Amino acid sequence: MNKIEVTDLTKIFGSHPKQGLKSLKNGEQKADILKKTGMTVGVNQTSFSVQAGEIFVIMGLSGSGKSTLIRLVNRLIEPTDGEILIDGEDITKMDKNTLIETRRKKLAMVFQQFGLLPHRTVLTNVAYGLEIQGVDKAEREKKALKSIEDVGLKGYEASYPNQLSGGMQQRVGLARALANDSDILLMDEAFSALDPLIRKEMQDELLDLQNKLGKTILFITHDLDEALKLGDRIAIMKDGEIVQVGTAEEILENPANEYVSNFVKDVDRSKVLEASHVMKKPGVLLSYKDGPRMAVRKMEEAGVSSIFVVDKENNFKGLLTIDDAIKAYKENIPMEDVLLDTVHFASPTTPLNDLIGIAAETKYPIVVVEDGKLKGIISRVSILSGLVLGKEKDEVVSS
Amino acid sequence: MNYFYFPLEDWTNHFVNEWLLPVMSGFFNSISTVLRAFIEGVTNLLVVVPPEIIMILLVLLSWKIAGKGLALFTLIGCIFIGSVNLWEAAMQTVSIVLVSTFLSILIGVPLGILSATNKVIERMMRPILDFMQTLPSFVYLIPAILLFGLGGVPAVIATFVFATPPAVRMTNLGIRQVPSDVVEASRAFGSTSRQLLLKVQLPLALPTIMAGVNQTMMLALSMAVIASMIGAPGLGSTVLSGISRVNVGLGLTGGLAIVVLAIILDRITQGLAKKA
Ligand SMILES: Nc1ncnc2c1ncn2[C@@H]1O[C@H](COP(=O)(O)OP(=O)(O)OP(=O)(O)O)[C@@H](O)[C@H]1O
Ligand SMILES: [Mg+2]
Repeated sequence: MNKIEVTDLTKIFGSHPKQGLKSLKNGEQKADILKKTGMTVGVNQTSFSVQAGEIFVIMGLSGSGKSTLIRLVNRLIEPTDGEILIDGEDITKMDKNTLIETRRKKLAMVFQQFGLLPHRTVLTNVAYGLEIQGVDKAEREKKALKSIEDVGLKGYEASYPNQLSGGMQQRVGLARALANDSDILLMDEAFSALDPLIRKEMQDELLDLQNKLGKTILFITHDLDEALKLGDRIAIMKDGEIVQVGTAEEILENPANEYVSNFVKDVDRSKVLEASHVMKKPGVLLSYKDGPRMAVRKMEEAGVSSIFVVDKENNFKGLLTIDDAIKAYKENIPMEDVLLDTVHFASPTTPLNDLIGIAAETKYPIVVVEDGKLKGIISRVSILSGLVLGKEKDEVVSS
Repeated sequence: MNYFYFPLEDWTNHFVNEWLLPVMSGFFNSISTVLRAFIEGVTNLLVVVPPEIIMILLVLLSWKIAGKGLALFTLIGCIFIGSVNLWEAAMQTVSIVLVSTFLSILIGVPLGILSATNKVIERMMRPILDFMQTLPSFVYLIPAILLFGLGGVPAVIATFVFATPPAVRMTNLGIRQVPSDVVEASRAFGSTSRQLLLKVQLPLALPTIMAGVNQTMMLALSMAVIASMIGAPGLGSTVLSGISRVNVGLGLTGGLAIVVLAIILDRITQGLAKKA
């Protein structure tokens, strides 16, 4: 089910938004409206939906309307037109009390500038959301402590925000959002104010938390690497409109227009990067002579459901799934007969660019072979993180 | 220049004498009664309690809020006021200052909150406050006498009107200065406007509001002195009789006592503003 569903959402800043809306619907451009009436179109007839448990990233240049869009979702900004369903209920039509209740229970937000209350300690900042709901002190502090621990800030409960570093303050912001226990997290450039190392750490932590807690996250960034790393799907915004939505691969492979391809030009390093740069040694390998029984044991130990098979000389032979291994063992079939060879291959020098599309489709990692010998494997994750980390390496070299 | 006669003076007098006084006198009388009781209560308290006790309390308060230096100054200052026989007059002045400052805060802070949260109210308040602050202070005395007679009550009313603007302005300013990202965060988590005000805006505006209270109190002190012209008891009337009898010594001691009071009140409220 869609957690958030936005249909035809428009926000026009200015004195006569309804008039501006008419012009927009007549097909006038944002720039013309600005010139003619002085009104700014923040978000222009935008639709998208976010599924439960998904990290949906919105990316775009400065001024493209990202902050406006995310603030429309919890109605910090009043929309001019359109519909925003949160769990099926239209937030744009809610009365004041229902809106407040929805913000309290369903929508927690993390801000670029942290937005911490400077006169309160870390603990009472994190407990703020519960405090205004009237949760009693003992309980809200217990929950607050728990989420302070979750973000790794244990021991700092009594500190004030101005005693903490930027990264720590943003952790407090995150803890505050988590303490509310809402399904949806709205994050507006939450990591943009942090330096690169801390930023990466926070991204990893967010992914961790997401794995554990299964939140639905609407994440704004203007950083492509961050988008690739975090986003299950990515939407690209321009002039208040979403010009493309898709997975990282879809967008890298088939940019919808020049704006998007300019945006992803940054990842042209994917053309420079080759398979050998991102491949990894497979965790477990099965030797040809091991036999199906050993295969089952090895897979069990490693907690995987398939395993690559090689011979003595490390020549790649195929892929064995656990089902097939059990079958071979029970029915006493030779292992060669159940090996799959439908995996995708690459040579160490294959450009990463060529693999992006493949990785998205295939269930199994891509196998890198050279002269028939297994060199390594490449998963979807390592392609994407290769794109991201590749840049970080460049930065280290050049500095 | 007088192409025609503009009878503003006559009109005003007519309005006041024929309408305001006969129709509203009951209303003004009841305000007067309440206020008189209030002022007398505070004055009696300050005069009945032995000076030594008030002095000790003041010294301790100064110490706690502004440190040793002010405590020492307060001690010497109080002894000085007592030794020039002006203790009672000083307490009368202090009670007018306290009562009118209290009223100024009571009315001014809520008005400041309203103008911080409502653009229309702010736009209406601004010219009124400008007018109140630019009018020479003794102009307030005339309507005060007319409506409330002579003595402490019109003094408090005039002082209250004169000293309220900074309380309104600084409250408004303090709330508007609260960083917008903090306000936004608080709203995003589902604060009602009341929770936003009480838990975020007022606490963060408090230092600025206290600076306003300090200004209000200083204005109130200066006005309380001037109000001796309409029969307010206290150090102002000491100075006034010094002037009318050409008694330079009396004028000087009264003036010095006022300075001492001003310094003590100023430093204490400034200290409070810093602590807030
Ligand atoms: N309160 C406002 N009044 C008028 N115009 C506004 C307002 N808020 C935003 N805008 C305009 O709306 C457009 C989109 O702004 P927005 O802040 O959403 O961009 P953004 O994508 O978040 O940019 P950035 O990456 O710089 O944060 C901009 O042209 C901006 O000037
Ligand atoms: Mg923004």
